[in-house]
Amino acid sequence: MLLLAFDTATPAVTAAVHDGTAVLAETHQVDARRHGELLLPAIDQVLRAAGVDKHRLTGIAVGVGPGPYTGLRVGLVTAAALGHALGLPVHGVCTLDAIAFQARAEGLAGEPFTVATDARRKEVYWASYDAEGRRTEGPGVDRPAELTPQARSVGAGALLYPDTFPGAHGPEHVSAGALAGFAAAELAAGRELLPNVPLYLRRPDAQVPAGYKAVLPA
Amino acid sequence: MADEPLVLGIETSCDETGVGIVRGTTLLADAVASSVNDHARFGGVVPEIASRAHLEAMVPTIQRALDTAGIKASDLDGIAVTAGPGLAGALLVGVSAAKAYAWALDKPLYGVNHLASHICVDQLEHGRLPSPTMALLVSGGHSSLLLSEDITSDVRPLGATIDDAAGEAFDKVARVLGLGFPGGPIVDRTAREGDPKAIHFPRGLSGRNDPEYDFSFSGLKTAVARWVEAKRRAGEEVPIADVAASFQEAVTDVLTRKAVKACRDNGVDHLMIGGGVAANSRLREMAQQRCDRAGIRLRVPRPGLCTDNGAMVAALGAEMVWRDRTPSAFDLSADSSLPVTDVHVPHTDFHGQAYHALGGGAA
Ligand SMILES: [Zn+2]
Repeated sequence: MLLLAFDTATPAVTAAVHDGTAVLAETHQVDARRHGELLLPAIDQVLRAAGVDKHRLTGIAVGVGPGPYTGLRVGLVTAAALGHALGLPVHGVCTLDAIAFQARAEGLAGEPFTVATDARRKEVYWASYDAEGRRTEGPGVDRPAELTPQARSVGAGALLYPDTFPGAHGPEHVSAGALAGFAAAELAAGRELLPNVPLYLRRPDAQVPAGYKAVLPA
Repeated sequence: MADEPLVLGIETSCDETGVGIVRGTTLLADAVASSVNDHARFGGVVPEIASRAHLEAMVPTIQRALDTAGIKASDLDGIAVTAGPGLAGALLVGVSAAKAYAWALDKPLYGVNHLASHICVDQLEHGRLPSPTMALLVSGGHSSLLLSEDITSDVRPLGATIDDAAGEAFDKVARVLGLGFPGGPIVDRTAREGDPKAIHFPRGLSGRNDPEYDFSFSGLKTAVARWVEAKRRAGEEVPIADVAASFQEAVTDVLTRKAVKACRDNGVDHLMIGGGVAANSRLREMAQQRCDRAGIRLRVPRPGLCTDNGAMVAALGAEMVWRDRTPSAFDLSADSSLPVTDVHVPHTDFHGQAYHALGGGAA
């Protein structure tokens, strides 16, 4: 197995190569406004660092959100196009599951916890996990005040709202290495991953830009 | 010619996911997936709906274009994409896809200007553009007079709308008349039954001291709305066809008069008209008459190539390859307000090193 993994659902632009056993290389840049510029160079760089020719890849794992849409789509369309051009399967991973995978690796294994990322507009994207790491609730998008999270919580969304998520800590954003690790484990266990379809969780803002407003009052 | 560059072009600046494939100046495929029906009930293009549709349509539309052209992606000599101007989120989907294809296939990437592409598409209909060419671009997003010496490097704006684009005025008037969205085709059809001289609507920026080549359609749009509303308030029936015809006459009168004047003033004997509004039958007719009278050769692509499409991007990309222009770097960004003078977005020297480091400079 040689997986190329990346995620653009959080402010991090992150890419990694995973051989089914371990992460061979990983890049991580945090810049919420430049997903489009940073992703492809990051993918190229990580393959070089891993010494892997793109034609040897066996699959692509991509974070399908939830996350702010504009950045999220950069990852998904890149995955779809790379999969098409290189003839590779594309495996979708819920970004919150990847963060949970990393949180367990960093010490939360054996405890239930909640992952929350920043959904902007005073809301968080969130999901809760049991002591075995299974997702028990979510993904959802809600105002923090409307949530009753687990006692432990991670993610930038949790750090942003300490009233709802007391004692929240890292990982703040998703890492492609963890995403790849999660995908590799699921694939090795014979489980299906998600289709390469965004988890928007919200309906589109049906706002037509200025220029179409009525001329005279009704 | 078999040795002419084979280029795939991706266009996602608004609500059409367009993928075109051309060889030199020959059109091989022009696949379009449109989300226009999803926007109709909002009376205008909703950016988030457009962006979502681009993501869904991208790979299927690429495959459809490849199938139609009867080529493999590995046969291509380059990938071109609209880098701007347009809706930021929509552009980003196309730019990201283009980079992924270019990188995966080891092909040069060309981020090009949407407006220059609208001009260059005419090469697929009428052969290489003469130098210089005057272009009148009219659509829902733009209304400009552009003078081009070389479509890959030199496009100069002579004038543009100072408020609404011509196509926006069509949409607005269609709404006022209850005809639906998008307004261009419906107003055109409705106007055929009407008298273009029935009502004299104002010709914006046509006074002696007004800017020669700029346009204004906001006042016209308001005048039509006021006229219609006055009729309705008076309890009279609105002569819809006459209003549509008279409004359309005012728009085309100003557009063609200024375009012909720009040609004359600059000693240019070719006028190209592009953009969605160039599909308007009255505009084509009036432009032909006025150009004939002025001894100017008119070039207007068929309506299907006037609206936004991938073929126009591929046409400009092929010209970039043909003229050996510098490709774009993989950190190319989508620029919603890309100036018309930036015909394409080559990498700078700094980026050039990165580009070569990425293996993109290989022949
Ligand atoms: Zn256009």
